Amino acid sequence: MATISQMPETLRPRHPAVVRVTHWLITLAFLALLVSGVEILISHPRFYWGEIGNVNTRPLFTLPIPSSRDTVPTGYGYVLPDQNGWSRYLHFEAAWVVVLTGLLYVTFGLTKGHFRRNLLPLASELSPTRLATDVSRHLRFERPSDDQAWSYNVLQRLTYLLVIFVLFPLVIWTGLAMPPSVEGLFPGLVVALGGRQSARTLHFFVSIFLVLFLLVHVFMVYLAGFWNRVRAMIVGRVPKPMERV
Amino acid sequence: MSEISRRKLIRIGLWGAASASALGIAANLADRYGLIPPDAGVLYGPGETLTYAAQRLLARHAMAREFSRSEISTDPFANEVDPLGPEFQRLQDGGFVDWRLAVDGMVARPTSFSIAELMSFPHKTQITFIACEEGWSYIAEWSGVPLAHILKLVGALPQARYVIYRSIQPDWWESIDMADALHPQTLVTTGMNGRQLPVPFGGPLRLRVPRQLGYKNVKYITSLSVSDSLKRFGKGLGSAAPEGGYAWYAGI
Repeated sequence: MATISQMPETLRPRHPAVVRVTHWLITLAFLALLVSGVEILISHPRFYWGEIGNVNTRPLFTLPIPSSRDTVPTGYGYVLPDQNGWSRYLHFEAAWVVVLTGLLYVTFGLTKGHFRRNLLPLASELSPTRLATDVSRHLRFERPSDDQAWSYNVLQRLTYLLVIFVLFPLVIWTGLAMPPSVEGLFPGLVVALGGRQSARTLHFFVSIFLVLFLLVHVFMVYLAGFWNRVRAMIVGRVPKPMERV
Repeated sequence: MSEISRRKLIRIGLWGAASASALGIAANLADRYGLIPPDAGVLYGPGETLTYAAQRLLARHAMAREFSRSEISTDPFANEVDPLGPEFQRLQDGGFVDWRLAVDGMVARPTSFSIAELMSFPHKTQITFIACEEGWSYIAEWSGVPLAHILKLVGALPQARYVIYRSIQPDWWESIDMADALHPQTLVTTGMNGRQLPVPFGGPLRLRVPRQLGYKNVKYITSLSVSDSLKRFGKGLGSAAPEGGYAWYAGI
């Protein structure tokens, strides 16, 4: 059995196992949530603000898509098939995967110094000039330098922190503000969001931000060398720079 | 086979057996304490079981939110229902005086109630929202007889675990566990917004379970059955919803 010292020199450890396993579990669950979420959404592609909303009340906005219910006025002459049954089942099952995996990841990150070491930006990185350089590099789609295969740059760190500590908690909170059985337990969590329909609308917007993150994330991985980065997240090691494909 | 790998195999086997029996005991306990939904065997059973068990452990006695009179929706949406059929028409033409709510199963005194009898029972009023699983909702003031009161009247047996309720609409039937059946906000509803419950909203009788979504709030109910198991009803999944691909528990 190979030990670390016997490992081929071309491979060096990059991501710890907990990070890799939770990364892919959450990826799978997020895709399931996305597909089922879209399916649930098309049964009523109207959004409201406040506590209540239905086809007799004025929507905040309506998505210009067909619906799976003939009670929703969409302007389309047809109704999509009803997929709400399995979509709701899958949505909540995948939500459990995200919550449980997320708890494992955050516990790991806090106790093993992962957040402090790898995600918290250094004070020097937060200077306006450094930030401006980094932003302009990203905007020019510059391929990251080789040493960046070993650590995250400041924009990456800030984005990951935003996703982990703002967007995911928000999407869980707005999701939990909708079940009628949970609402009674913590009514303040619903009222603080402006009501149950507001929670649904915010859930939609936070999901949009998460999808945007996913798209940019995959694009940046592509820019940095897709298979190397994906391999690092699967096997946990990074090959020497010259081997990069 | 070397000694080491044999020992390893035995150890793995023992661990496997121990985990399997621990899981078996946990499942048994969970079932005894009513933490396993009747549709736990479907494809999405694990997630469904987590949801139901978590809610029953954390929120068994939680109340649905109640609202002020000023928040009652001026434009409630009744939703569509299938054509109600000649039997409903006949009863409606007679002013629902012949409508009966039958109660049977694990009760000391099986019986049936007319609307007039139900109206004479103590009523409760609540301002709660009803939300469809599609996403829309409205708030109304509902009044009716607490289901708990009816179950007490007919003498529901202590081993009762579920109440099954059926609509005059064929194939529309649901069931709830005793946590919801005995919950003070679960009403055999006869009135809405200070008037008789309108037909489009489920009149003359609708079961309001405000801690669950719209499809558990069956309109035009004609019978209640009390049971210790849901196996004998329909396909044994608990209600018509899981037979149509929807979750039995709709508290989420």
